Amino acid sequence: MTSTTFEPAAAPDTDLRRRSIRLGDILFKGIAVISALAATVLLGLIAWKVFDLAWPAIQHFGLSFIWTEAWDPVTQNFGALIFIYGTVVTSLIALAIATPLSIAIALFLTEIAPRRLAAPIATMVELLAAIPSVVLGLWGILVFGPWVRDHLEPWLQDVLGFLPIFSGSPSQAGILPAGLVLTIMIIPITSAICRELFIRVPKDLTNGALALGSTRWESIRGVMLAYAAPGIIAAVLLGLGRAFGEAIAVNQTIGNHNAIPTSWFEPGDSLGSKIASEYVGASSLEQASSILYLAAILMVISLVTNVVAQFIVVRFERARSGV
Amino acid sequence: MSSVPGAVEPYDITVRSNGLRRRRIVERVFGVASLLAALLACAILAVVLGTLVYKGFSQLSLDFFTKPRPLFGEKGGVADALVGSVIIVGIAMLMAIPVAVLVAIYMSEYAGPKVSRSLRVVLDVLNGVPAIVVGVFVFGLLVVGNGQSAIFGAFALAILMLPMVARATQEILQVVPQSLRHASLALGVTKWRTTWNIILPSAIGGILTGVVISVARVAGETAPLLFTSSIAANAVSFDIHQALPTLPVTIYIDSESPDPGEQAAAWAAALVLIAFVLVMNILAKVFAGRKRRQLEGS
Repeated sequence: MTSTTFEPAAAPDTDLRRRSIRLGDILFKGIAVISALAATVLLGLIAWKVFDLAWPAIQHFGLSFIWTEAWDPVTQNFGALIFIYGTVVTSLIALAIATPLSIAIALFLTEIAPRRLAAPIATMVELLAAIPSVVLGLWGILVFGPWVRDHLEPWLQDVLGFLPIFSGSPSQAGILPAGLVLTIMIIPITSAICRELFIRVPKDLTNGALALGSTRWESIRGVMLAYAAPGIIAAVLLGLGRAFGEAIAVNQTIGNHNAIPTSWFEPGDSLGSKIASEYVGASSLEQASSILYLAAILMVISLVTNVVAQFIVVRFERARSGV
Repeated sequence: MSSVPGAVEPYDITVRSNGLRRRRIVERVFGVASLLAALLACAILAVVLGTLVYKGFSQLSLDFFTKPRPLFGEKGGVADALVGSVIIVGIAMLMAIPVAVLVAIYMSEYAGPKVSRSLRVVLDVLNGVPAIVVGVFVFGLLVVGNGQSAIFGAFALAILMLPMVARATQEILQVVPQSLRHASLALGVTKWRTTWNIILPSAIGGILTGVVISVARVAGETAPLLFTSSIAANAVSFDIHQALPTLPVTIYIDSESPDPGEQAAAWAAALVLIAFVLVMNILAKVFAGRKRRQLEGS
């Protein structure tokens, strides 16, 4: 800016040149502004369009669609509860297992492992995140699913068989295998964010605790985890948002059954997975309208999860930068 | 736990030090548990990759890369899907990267802190939109009435790429030393030329890292393509106005097939896809290392 207002003895022939320089500045800024606007508009457009597409179904079925347990194309009776159940339960299984594991991995990488060991392990965890979901799903249905059916589920039944969720006959595709595949998908996400958080905890704080005679674990539990707690919650929510939205790997492993199973061994279906299975039939909007309603519900759930996580991150950063 | 993070009462310590043996055990258990968690993650990666190599490697041959997917049972390859994937991801890059870099430039060079922060939230939320919803969005916006096409598939992938590349670029632009900008402006160089000729080149390593990682991710995305470019003929085609087969969609369809032959093809295709993804990730590491050295050196 200042460079263009700086004026040496202005010769008339440089006037044109300067104007064209100005023009370049204005043009460039203009394009940048338009791009930024486009990104914002795109987000709004996605939200609006998905609702617009689902609107016929929303009008036809009303809000009771959300808690209706039915999916019957013959009687045209549709509801989302089966898929909301599948989405929430598989994601919560993933969350429950992935959270402690992710925090432990992040602590190992930042606090315990010697540098030479931490770097390769961190790379391997990153690569775990890089596995495409369709490949993980392929492994999930053809290798992991049969293992779960033959080993994990019989064992769970022996130990916890009195719970209805661990009853029934083991199968290779169901709620539990899908939840476990989701676990594998979100561990690298959550642990990467936690690792960043732990690195940024001021060394003074943990050193202070150590100097007062606490063990490493006590300084981590009392200082580090307390300091990073809001960030950890945000990390967990971001992982959860990812689990909610995953369609392909779940579709491959959940068994695609239009009913709410009592047992986690039985097949069910999730929102994303149901939408994914209907891609062939989706040639007209009428056929697809109830599927689009599912898409709208999925979008709302994951947007809310993400916005809450972002909100926590922003507040966390503001509070910490104030310290 | 006390309300102030980090404040440990002195009394607390003396009382607890009575159980020194117990505290030492807890310390040990924690160390071992965290090691096991890290090893578990590595083991899962090793098992998945090992299975892919074990089941897929024997299927690989020259034919596999040069012949299209077979119609019935007989041996074929993934040439059609390879070509389709390269075309669709290529178009997606052309669509997403310029916009993403410009968004990042706006955020770091022009916008105030408030606008910049809101844009960051917009990008992060956009990044959180499930891929399948993006597919449905493009389906409703473009595919309905026009039919599936590679361009629409690429558009869906570009929507996924945009926030990833924009955020990576914006983060690296922030690290470019302020002195570079000042020096250039002080020499009378205009702002846009400073950005174009000085800032972007010094950040190129970081931008490439972001691009490469996002390409690796969208190349493996199935969900956005199901509704936009999935119903395609099993033949090598370069027609971007029609749906093209892609590696992820081929793997997806084959993985749900009861036919062992198609499952075997899925394993081999998955091996090819993961090899590409791993190479891209290693490339990203190389770029990232170079960028860090450059910026540290300056």
